[in-house]
Amino acid sequence: MKQGNIKVALVGNPNAGKSTLFNSLTGLRQKTGNFPGVTVEKKSGTFRIAGIDAPVTLVDLPGTYSIYPKSKDEAVVMDILANPKHPDFPDVVIVVVDASNLQRNLLLFTEVSDLGLPCVMALNMLDVAQSMNLTVSAVQLAMQLNVPVASINARTGVGIDKLKEAVKQLLEVQKKPELRYFYEPKKEEIALIGEVKQIYNLQNDYVALQYVCQHDNFSFLEQPARTRLDKLIEKYGFDENHFLATETVARYEKIKPIVSKAVKSSGATEQPYWTRKLDSILLHRVWGYVIFALVLLLVFQAIFSWATFLSDIVDGGAAQGIEWVKSVLPEGVLNDLITDGILAGVAGIIVFIPQIAILFALVSILEESGYMARVMVIMDKLMRRFGLNGRSVVPLISGVACAVPAIMTTRSISSRYERLLTILVTPLMSCSARLPIYTILIALVVPSTQVLGFFSLQGLVLFGLYFLGLFGALASAWLLSLFIPRNEPSYFMLEMPSYKLPRWGHVGFMMYESVKSFVLEAGKVIMAISIVLWVLSSYGPGDRMKKAEQTTLTKMSNAPQEEVDAAVASARLENSYAGQFGHFIEPVIRPLGYDWKIGIALLASFAAREVFVGTMATIYSISGDSEDVPTVKQRLLQEKDPETGAPMFSAAVCASLLMFYVFAMMCMSTIAVVYRETHGWKWPLIQLAYLMVLAYGAAFVAYQLFS
Amino acid sequence: MSAHTVSKLRKGEKGVIKSFSDQAMSLKLLEMGCLPGCEVRLDAIAPFGDPICINVGGCYSLSLRLNEASVIELE
Repeated sequence: MKQGNIKVALVGNPNAGKSTLFNSLTGLRQKTGNFPGVTVEKKSGTFRIAGIDAPVTLVDLPGTYSIYPKSKDEAVVMDILANPKHPDFPDVVIVVVDASNLQRNLLLFTEVSDLGLPCVMALNMLDVAQSMNLTVSAVQLAMQLNVPVASINARTGVGIDKLKEAVKQLLEVQKKPELRYFYEPKKEEIALIGEVKQIYNLQNDYVALQYVCQHDNFSFLEQPARTRLDKLIEKYGFDENHFLATETVARYEKIKPIVSKAVKSSGATEQPYWTRKLDSILLHRVWGYVIFALVLLLVFQAIFSWATFLSDIVDGGAAQGIEWVKSVLPEGVLNDLITDGILAGVAGIIVFIPQIAILFALVSILEESGYMARVMVIMDKLMRRFGLNGRSVVPLISGVACAVPAIMTTRSISSRYERLLTILVTPLMSCSARLPIYTILIALVVPSTQVLGFFSLQGLVLFGLYFLGLFGALASAWLLSLFIPRNEPSYFMLEMPSYKLPRWGHVGFMMYESVKSFVLEAGKVIMAISIVLWVLSSYGPGDRMKKAEQTTLTKMSNAPQEEVDAAVASARLENSYAGQFGHFIEPVIRPLGYDWKIGIALLASFAAREVFVGTMATIYSISGDSEDVPTVKQRLLQEKDPETGAPMFSAAVCASLLMFYVFAMMCMSTIAVVYRETHGWKWPLIQLAYLMVLAYGAAFVAYQLFS
Repeated sequence: MSAHTVSKLRKGEKGVIKSFSDQAMSLKLLEMGCLPGCEVRLDAIAPFGDPICINVGGCYSLSLRLNEASVIELE
């Protein structure tokens, strides 16, 4: 028997319980990454089998209805299963089968079995089948299909030991038994199969057929090999579409008698009562939207009220921590770099963790329970008008917390075109980092009066900004869809899973994963930029900063120490590289009503938008707690335009800044994640450009309208 | 008269799949378990009349757009 480095792959239909089984088998010994060469999320882990010394590696392959892929994710399955040299090529395949929908699930099983891979069937959801008046016999299935079958309950873990035992027995088999194909090639296909087998040195007929049908998806085939296969297809007049349809029908012909022998029905087959009942409410033309609106409200409440409470604690703790480090380390450049550069960057990252954790816990609960699929149904028609898909709803909602993990959730959109559009517009959803900016600018110009007795005007304006972001996202999707040619038809076709209680362990794991991806993906960028910004604002050309400091000190020799410190910080910043940059871009941003000081804050908010407020505080030499909104607000109100003498932060400038931040792609981490998800610089640069134009235009119009 | 299709079903109405009028779509539908001879029932219609949810063979619920449903011809 093979010892060490044993690999097992999980294959199955979506909603068959594959991920649940994966979690049951591996527990916490799992990690996520990417399959080599593609940005398809790969979940792998290890588990132990009694009698085998080394841990066994388990790879969870993307859920699919057949081995013929309909999306990038699904293409990974065959890219691995057809390539014995692939690092993830399995020694044994566990095919997870949903007993409550046996006929459809067996289609994939027979395909995988025909590839000649050692297979074990994990027969799951027997309890669901039971509730639908169906009794499924594992013994009958094993006999009919000639395969080891383990009855399991992936949720409770029942039968997992038997499944492991079956895997072990397959590993111990010395000589492979002769394969009984479920699909027997037709006469006209045999010659083609023979030639392909000979050229590529293949043993298996069905693998040879996959070379013919799927060679464009096989990353392990070079271009000459693909061209050669195309020539063979021509030579034998092979009609792929016709073949696929007849093959699938032929398989079902084989499957039908097997199912009728293995499944006994004791009454009418019907979906679980609660699923039908809930669907009649949640998909209702009125209640469906009312409930969705309430769910959204709850999500917003969670992010903006409960999470803010936690964020404030984290923020306060981080600020104290930084102060402490500053006081214990010897004074000097190194101290400044560590505290103002590195630790400030770390603090800027961890402050968002509560919001991201809570949002993704909620999204995961909605997905686990089966509700998200219904939301996609009620939103599909609306989304379709803008070139998107019902599936785009999840990334757009997630974008309210942070665009980085939101863009990662677009992977579940099977159409590349709709996925790309969703990625391009998701950053328009106002993320949580923009909230501090909105708050302070609104506080500056919108009076805190009540409208209609109970709505706060400031609150309404804030709501309006979020709505404007959503509107901008949908409108941009529509505009972009006019310019980017659609190269494939749009599909919706979505299986509605039955409603289930969420598995809390899984929700926790999802939460952990999204926080991790945020810290690692966005965190790296925020961190790097924080350090660069620190350098830019701490050093200046020649000795300008020193001179400015001296001048300020002489000028303010009688003022209290605190004010002097603040004025010095401000003078130093003006003469630093960052200050120079502010002056440099002033002509460009002048039409928007901004001066060089706001220019510095714009530059700083490239790292992460929330840096804007802190930078404004430094530039306007605000002493004391620089994050304190009323203090910053007071100072900003006093600021005068050096040319006109009028207040700098007029309604026009604030409106212009608000528009800028609603539309601008101001965050480097988003650019980085779009680069990664779209494999190149083309789309992130297009996105950056169109959002810049949009932001600049909107800010310009707002400034001109209000001034 | 054009063929009777799933997109023309009323809520709660049943039908038996006869054939598909689009080849690319038919493969997808077959793989998802919509086979000729299989009974389907229209369970729900999304608020703007599209997409719809059908129950396939009593087994499971499938949501599809009207244009996708119009490919499924009924007996």
